[in-house]
Amino acid sequence: MPDNGLLIRLRPIAFIVALLILWQFAAGRSSTHLLPGPWEAAGGIVDLVRHGLFLKYVVASLFRVTWGFLLAAVLAIPLGLTIGWYRRAEMALNPLIQIFRPISPLAWIPIAILWFGVGDASSIFLIFLSCFFPLILTAINAVQRIPAVYVNAGRNFGLSPANLVWRVLYPAVLPQLITGLRITLGVAWIVVVAAEMIAVNSGLGFLIVDARNAGNRYDLVVAAMAIIGVIGLLLDLGMRSLEGAKSLRWGYSED
Amino acid sequence: MNSLAEPRKWERFVWPVLASALFLLLWHYSVVWSKTKVFPAPLAVEKGLAELARKGVLWAYMGDSLRRVALGFGAAAVIGIPFGLTLGWYPAVNQVVNPVMQMLRPISPIAWIPVAILLFGVGNVTAVFLIFLAAFFPIVVACISGVANVPAIYRRAGRNFGLTAPQLLARVVFPAALPQILVGLRISLGIAWLVMVAAEMIAVDSGLGYLVIDARNSGKRYDLVVAAMLMIGIIGLLLDLCFRRLGNIKSVRWGFRDES
Amino acid sequence: MTVAESVMTETKLSAQHVQMVFTRDGKSTPVLNDVNLEVGKGEFLCIVGPSGCGKSTLLSTIGGFLSPSSGEVKIDGQVVSGPDPRRIFVFQERGVFPWLTVEGNIEFGLFKLSRSERRSRVAHYIQMVGLQGFEKSYPAELSGGMKQRLEVARALAVNPDMLLLDEPFGALDSITRLIMRGELLRIWREERNTVIFVTHDIDEAVQLADRVAVMSGRPANIQQIVKIDIPHPRDISAPRYLELRNGILEQLGLAHQV
Repeated sequence: MPDNGLLIRLRPIAFIVALLILWQFAAGRSSTHLLPGPWEAAGGIVDLVRHGLFLKYVVASLFRVTWGFLLAAVLAIPLGLTIGWYRRAEMALNPLIQIFRPISPLAWIPIAILWFGVGDASSIFLIFLSCFFPLILTAINAVQRIPAVYVNAGRNFGLSPANLVWRVLYPAVLPQLITGLRITLGVAWIVVVAAEMIAVNSGLGFLIVDARNAGNRYDLVVAAMAIIGVIGLLLDLGMRSLEGAKSLRWGYSED
Repeated sequence: MNSLAEPRKWERFVWPVLASALFLLLWHYSVVWSKTKVFPAPLAVEKGLAELARKGVLWAYMGDSLRRVALGFGAAAVIGIPFGLTLGWYPAVNQVVNPVMQMLRPISPIAWIPVAILLFGVGNVTAVFLIFLAAFFPIVVACISGVANVPAIYRRAGRNFGLTAPQLLARVVFPAALPQILVGLRISLGIAWLVMVAAEMIAVDSGLGYLVIDARNSGKRYDLVVAAMLMIGIIGLLLDLCFRRLGNIKSVRWGFRDES
Repeated sequence: MTVAESVMTETKLSAQHVQMVFTRDGKSTPVLNDVNLEVGKGEFLCIVGPSGCGKSTLLSTIGGFLSPSSGEVKIDGQVVSGPDPRRIFVFQERGVFPWLTVEGNIEFGLFKLSRSERRSRVAHYIQMVGLQGFEKSYPAELSGGMKQRLEVARALAVNPDMLLLDEPFGALDSITRLIMRGELLRIWREERNTVIFVTHDIDEAVQLADRVAVMSGRPANIQQIVKIDIPHPRDISAPRYLELRNGILEQLGLAHQV
């Protein structure tokens, strides 16, 4: 007799299976016969692996995300921490940041092509843009939320300004920064799909466009979507595990 | 916590104006010195905006974009809020549904485009569908955590006063979760606005997003491209500010006491 | 301990005509009005007053975190111009760094010492405040009383001349508070720093201090200084104790019957 705990853990899987069956059924009944069912999609994945494209495309997309994301982090975080610290800097720059932020990275495509031409650099630029503004706002907000107690204690113990930054400011903002980085990484992963539509010739986003254009291979389209979903989930889980580190946990428990 | 003492009131206006003026100057002179033939200077953008306004194109496209966002976001809210509240209220349901959501969430709406076009064809419905998809998940997530974060003492007090489960949900849980739901709605609206641009670039032939691509393709009118980008930025900002204002209403303001 | 041992030998701190006016958006609020105070070296002074009367502001000014609008504060003859490790502030609560362990917190101010010196000091103060066994724990794992001990240990580790305590036991339950008062006195007798202790609890002040400075309401000044001439350990039901305590209650305009 299976125990209750096992049943509970199986429930979500049962739900997924039920959805898959529903999907297969709907695909079979669809009039155009173009929409693939889960079985065809799985076949698409196998197809990709067999052609050696699976790894190549995944790596290409990850490569662009990593570069855009890291560039944005390296620039936005120090900038944001500084702007957040100096009240007047925040007053001055906030309106500009707030106007740039709602502009979708895709709206930058013409400018990206103008500046970087067609190819990897453009798509990395778009990913960079999509990460830069959220990260700078996260950093500004993180600094502003440091309790004054910590800074005063640091000054009390005679810390030099450099030491104050390194030994008080930086550890105090770290939990919030990591959450911001996790969320932004998720955004980057979403944008890479769009960014790859600027005529690069590898990657999961490219695959989606190309598979459709070159032969209505919707099985590959759905396969690509599934892979995107899984990798996005793994990236998120990976970042969450960082938040579990003992010296950071304090930043997440009180709410 | 930050470094300086209380700045004066007038400084709130002086600094941003100075910074923006500096930005415009830098922009203008970069264009002049690089002798670019294509990239527009600030004045060219302003003229482009005036041109669009005169032709009526600006207002028509703004209306189209706003309408699509309203429909997609509205649908996401109307479906997402009850859905999210249910998931938050019944952890068992959440446990079953959540893994599926976590897998669907990272899939960019852009990736859904071929499927959407297949299902709905090219046009407004596809655009609204994509916006709906993008706005849906943040709202659900915010509702789930809003309900989860209602302190147990509130629920206990409600039960103490003899409220039934539906009454509890309506009179205690929902108001208590409302600040967080509002934040989720605001973030979701921001995402909807971003995705609108993407959806319009591909699936329709009107709207601000469409204008960005069309201005380039039909004549390399980069002045119009940047003008469109500027409008996208400004309207997006205004939408966000409106939502923040909602957070000032007294019955929810308590949940935002931390916001600067 | 005799009364003679608590006589002032030299003046450590001298506050003269200190005024504090806070201005915000054009409105100015006077908080401190002509505060005059002298504290002797090695003395334990309590500042007592109702909540919001400005005692924390006064302490922050003494510590150098605020500049007085007029008047001056001198320590050892020098005007106070900013925070300094020679006078460590023990904050109301949550002053310990949550990202550091107990050890990490205590050795925070010891960056000028060699590693072996640091280690021995940390061990000494962990022992002194009674946190043995918790060296590697994080503040989130400690109780309120333990966190307060940690903050005191961190302050003492740098051997400051002065300790400024701002209602340090305010967040603790009354039983823990009684224990912590005893601990603080024990530590003070060993270390003999000058202590300025701000509290709204009159009993606490009379139990701990050599002298009690009673503050008026806003805009505040020191309306009275009461010398507590009872030797430690003090019996809180002794007539002299009650007499002194009731005197302060009356000074503050409070009845002593509930």
